[in-house]
Amino acid sequence: MDHGAGMPLGSKVFEAMKMHFMETYGNPSSSHSAGNSAKNAMESARDRVARLVAAEKPQEIIFTSGGTESNNLAIRGFAHRNRKKGNHIIITAIEHISVINICKLLQKQGFEVSSIPVDKQGIVDLEKLEEAITNKTILISVMYANGEIGTIQPIREIGKLAQENSIGFHVDAVAAAGKIPINVKDENIDLLSLSSNDMYGPKGVGALYIKKGTKIQPIIQGGGQERGLRSGTENIPGIVGMGKAAEIAKIEMEAEGERLKVLRDKLIKGVLDKIDYSFLNGHLTERLPNNANVRFSYIEGESLILGLDMYGIQVSSGSACTSKTLEPSHVLLAIGLAHEEAHGSLVFTLGKQNSEEDVDYVLEVLPNVVKRLRALSPLTPKEMVR
Amino acid sequence: MYSEKVMEHFMHPRNVGEISDADGVGTVGNPVCGDLMTMYIKVKDNKLEDIKFKTFGCGAAIATSSMTTELAMGKTLDEAMKITRADVAENLGGLPPIKMHCSNLAADALHEAIKDYKEKKEQTE
Repeated sequence: MDHGAGMPLGSKVFEAMKMHFMETYGNPSSSHSAGNSAKNAMESARDRVARLVAAEKPQEIIFTSGGTESNNLAIRGFAHRNRKKGNHIIITAIEHISVINICKLLQKQGFEVSSIPVDKQGIVDLEKLEEAITNKTILISVMYANGEIGTIQPIREIGKLAQENSIGFHVDAVAAAGKIPINVKDENIDLLSLSSNDMYGPKGVGALYIKKGTKIQPIIQGGGQERGLRSGTENIPGIVGMGKAAEIAKIEMEAEGERLKVLRDKLIKGVLDKIDYSFLNGHLTERLPNNANVRFSYIEGESLILGLDMYGIQVSSGSACTSKTLEPSHVLLAIGLAHEEAHGSLVFTLGKQNSEEDVDYVLEVLPNVVKRLRALSPLTPKEMVR
Repeated sequence: MYSEKVMEHFMHPRNVGEISDADGVGTVGNPVCGDLMTMYIKVKDNKLEDIKFKTFGCGAAIATSSMTTELAMGKTLDEAMKITRADVAENLGGLPPIKMHCSNLAADALHEAIKDYKEKKEQTE
């Protein structure tokens, strides 16, 4: 139940990719027939990705190496290209670490960055966002939904705000794409980051939607592929895989979303009912259909992960003890949790492989794992340990 | 990530609990950082007759607590004071480098408990 960290490749996706390793291995820049067939496969994939986010034209999609590169290209590419208009960028406190680190770099290069707080459920404060806008603001970057706590942002309202103020609007949709409907036109989105692996496509591929007329500059110099915005020979098998994954996601999203919502809500309700001093992180309804994030008082997340792994259940945590930096998740701190609360958080990201039996199994195992660790913990009140 | 020995101690920790009439108690760590452990000791004839622990923390924190009680049980106070963090890690078949400092605090907690015992003893003498 850790689909947020890595998803299996769909079998139809693998089928679609296979021939592009061995049979049609042409370079789309070549003029001969092998090159043409690679180019056709790539353009078909571009069309499929464009349809997933309701882009007007396939040409508005640029393929990259993944969500992190897409965020870099969008924010750095836009900021430097539009530097003459202003130097102010607005993000939120719960953006992906790539967005936060890009903005740190831009600050060193003379840009100013405002980070807007979120409420306890993780929804961005629209009033504060509006107040932060100055005549120097050139870009607002807000994630569509948070991969860790699942909270979905009021993207349409922010898009409207950006448009009214003639500010560029970038959306990191890595966690949301393929799980909930996205419409870049209706939502006034100028730039939208996508990742293939987060929708059962291969790792190492992503895309950036760039609305026609939105000016950005490349961050990689080279032979001018992808309309000059992303040089380097295209990863054809990967791109084909992402296209297939996008096509399948568009078809299956609604039914699969409804199915996962039922599982998600059963899991959340079951945990909160069965385990004392357990709490939901994030919003109850404005939430990705596959995400459940809960926290438990008196215990620490890494030991929970290990305890569950013994029973074959794989999950993530926002605890410092599971991070390379030994800092708890910035998202959990931003929704107002104390460090010790963040340490006790557990993230379930459900997917196609999960069934109701899996949820029932977690609800059977988890209370005992929590109970065992609480019996070990000096923080647990004595009356709770029998 | 962890050795088999660490996982074995994590799943089946030795000497868990509290000693209500402990001769010495030592607590180190901080829940804010993600690790907190308390060691309780009973001393007889200058030897550690019983040790119990309670730990809030990651797998390494729990396993090192368990291993420390096992290493120190029955030892003289001087011998127990010589048990180092490195000894604990070595007896567990090693720890990931990132865990060596933050979660390997159990030997310190034991030393604190022994100091607590000695201070209490001095006061009563």
